[in-house]
Amino acid sequence: MTTVEDLAGHFGPYGGRFVPEALIGALEELDAARIKAQTDSTFIAELAELHRTYTGRPSIITEAQRFAEHAGGARILLKREDLNHTGSHKINNVLGQALLTKRMGKKRIIAETGAGQHGVASATAAALMGLECVVYMGEEDTKRQSLNVARMKLLGAEVIPVTSGSKTLKDAINEAMRDWVTNVETTHYMLGTVAGPHPFPSMVRDFHKIIGEESREQVLALTGRLPDAVLACVGGGSNAIGIFHRFISDTDVRLIGLEAAGDGVETGRHAATITGGSPGVLHGNRTYVLQDENGQTIESHSISAGLDYPGVGPEHAYLHDIGRAEYRAVTDAEAMHAFALLCKTEGIIPAIETAHALAGALQIGNELGKDAIILINLSGRGDKDVQTAAQYFGIPL
Amino acid sequence: MTTALDDLFVKTRAENRAALIAYIPAGFPSIEGCKKVIQAFVDGGVDAIEIGFPYSDPVMDGPTIQAAADQSLAHGTGAKEVFEALKVATDAGVAAVVMTYWNPIEKYGVEKFAQSISDNGGSGVITPDLTIEESATWKDAVEKIGINPIYVVAPSTTDARLPQVTSRCGGFIYAASLMGVTGTRTSVSSGAPDLVARIRTTSQLPIAVGLGVSTREQAKGVAGYADGVIVGSAFIKALLDAPDEATGIAAVKTLTSELALGVREGR
Repeated sequence: MTTVEDLAGHFGPYGGRFVPEALIGALEELDAARIKAQTDSTFIAELAELHRTYTGRPSIITEAQRFAEHAGGARILLKREDLNHTGSHKINNVLGQALLTKRMGKKRIIAETGAGQHGVASATAAALMGLECVVYMGEEDTKRQSLNVARMKLLGAEVIPVTSGSKTLKDAINEAMRDWVTNVETTHYMLGTVAGPHPFPSMVRDFHKIIGEESREQVLALTGRLPDAVLACVGGGSNAIGIFHRFISDTDVRLIGLEAAGDGVETGRHAATITGGSPGVLHGNRTYVLQDENGQTIESHSISAGLDYPGVGPEHAYLHDIGRAEYRAVTDAEAMHAFALLCKTEGIIPAIETAHALAGALQIGNELGKDAIILINLSGRGDKDVQTAAQYFGIPL
Repeated sequence: MTTALDDLFVKTRAENRAALIAYIPAGFPSIEGCKKVIQAFVDGGVDAIEIGFPYSDPVMDGPTIQAAADQSLAHGTGAKEVFEALKVATDAGVAAVVMTYWNPIEKYGVEKFAQSISDNGGSGVITPDLTIEESATWKDAVEKIGINPIYVVAPSTTDARLPQVTSRCGGFIYAASLMGVTGTRTSVSSGAPDLVARIRTTSQLPIAVGLGVSTREQAKGVAGYADGVIVGSAFIKALLDAPDEATGIAAVKTLTSELALGVREGR
């Protein structure tokens, strides 16, 4: 099975580049820089050293035995990306892109953020490497995730609330693209997920594929075999592609992405792009999109700001169409049930994004039975979600 | 076979002047108001009209056009209203094109979209986010139906890439005067004449300059070196700033008349 994109970033009919002509030069420059870096031993060593001494890689595997009792008794292995510096997988990508930014001679980065995880990671990388950082965040999200706004400011970043459109992640991306069109000579757009125009989907995946590479070795060492299924939540899809990618050629391993069903896909209030959307073009690439009959983007809904996005990475669209990966949708209520369960059975507070993958594990564990091994990308920790969760469960603050 | 747009530039070149091209999103300031704006353009002496297809995620547009698009979408504007507005313009006897982001075309059906442009008397389509690399199906459709594909080139477009883009264009080449999004500016970028000169070495097609033109003086300046002057945000600003629709439309007509003088004063 071939799952390699072409040189223009097409994954089958998906991906590619749909952007204003003004950005072509910068995208070409970025593509050249990242291809050169892939075989540059200095770059590779520099990034590996940063991961060892700053990110805290390799991240560990935790076996969740008490949680597993609720998942049909299957072995549940958690890849602990939540223990990375800044609390999620997002750091993998931003350190790589920050190194590329310096190599391209640019001094300013811009980023979009939904939950704030990517914004915090970007602000962190910028502080570490002495770059100016501006983060665009939907006004709605700045309210939902005020703690992360404060973190970004403490790290020296400027946070610009976006008041256009639905005031969430998609509009933050629009605003970042407008900034980039205007300031492209001095500025790198540190896109936070495996979407956007080529080379972003390929580049961001390559910076995250270390998750799958490490965990494949770790699972083999721990259990003596490959897992039956690998699970991850999918908004844009960066943590999912990161853990899936090394397993794509292991055709016996099921790859399962969990999308956000919000109030339920049937209600229309959801963010399950593959489950409930259709092929279209959004933010520079062809992929599955939540859209109406005129091709206008429909607002997504999810309790998780990080999954609240009406598009998805083009590689996921392709993996879905060829049947190599499966995508299911998990409601807010199912995700919050799994969130509470992991807290109480394992002493780990996950991000609400990640709780969608945990809810999937409860279903799939019961389907596969007690002999199964399920690997889950525990993509982020839930500190940022304490306020949302407390409200949800009626805990007074 | 030529389009009305092709014929227009033959005429304006014979008159040794630039053409004035005015932009309005369909459904703005209202479904009916848009049709009155089109008439005001015509009464004010416009040469060609761009009907915008309002889109939810317009990354090439600044706050003014975004606000207009949001208002238009709130009125329920879709493909039907876009083609109706196009027909109002072409029935009034001016060349007209649609400007749209790519996804609405793909959703409508690529060849069907080109056919509807032609059926409503339109000359072509400006596609600000369709790169030439992704344009194969569009190229087939516009060639089959016989309308002009108009691509945007930017100051950052390299000399090596420029002929690849301009050779795909028909009708005119849209030169973005600066690196940035749409909106009025106090001066037109000094990079615009350079870009137009670079385009001339690659193509005989007419070149129209857009982004940041809002006054008679600016139109005059651009008309000195370009074949067309595109104005959008200035009209929308006039409509947004007006106390009521009628006052706004009167202001549009006045501004159009001034700009029409400007494009005749450049050479």
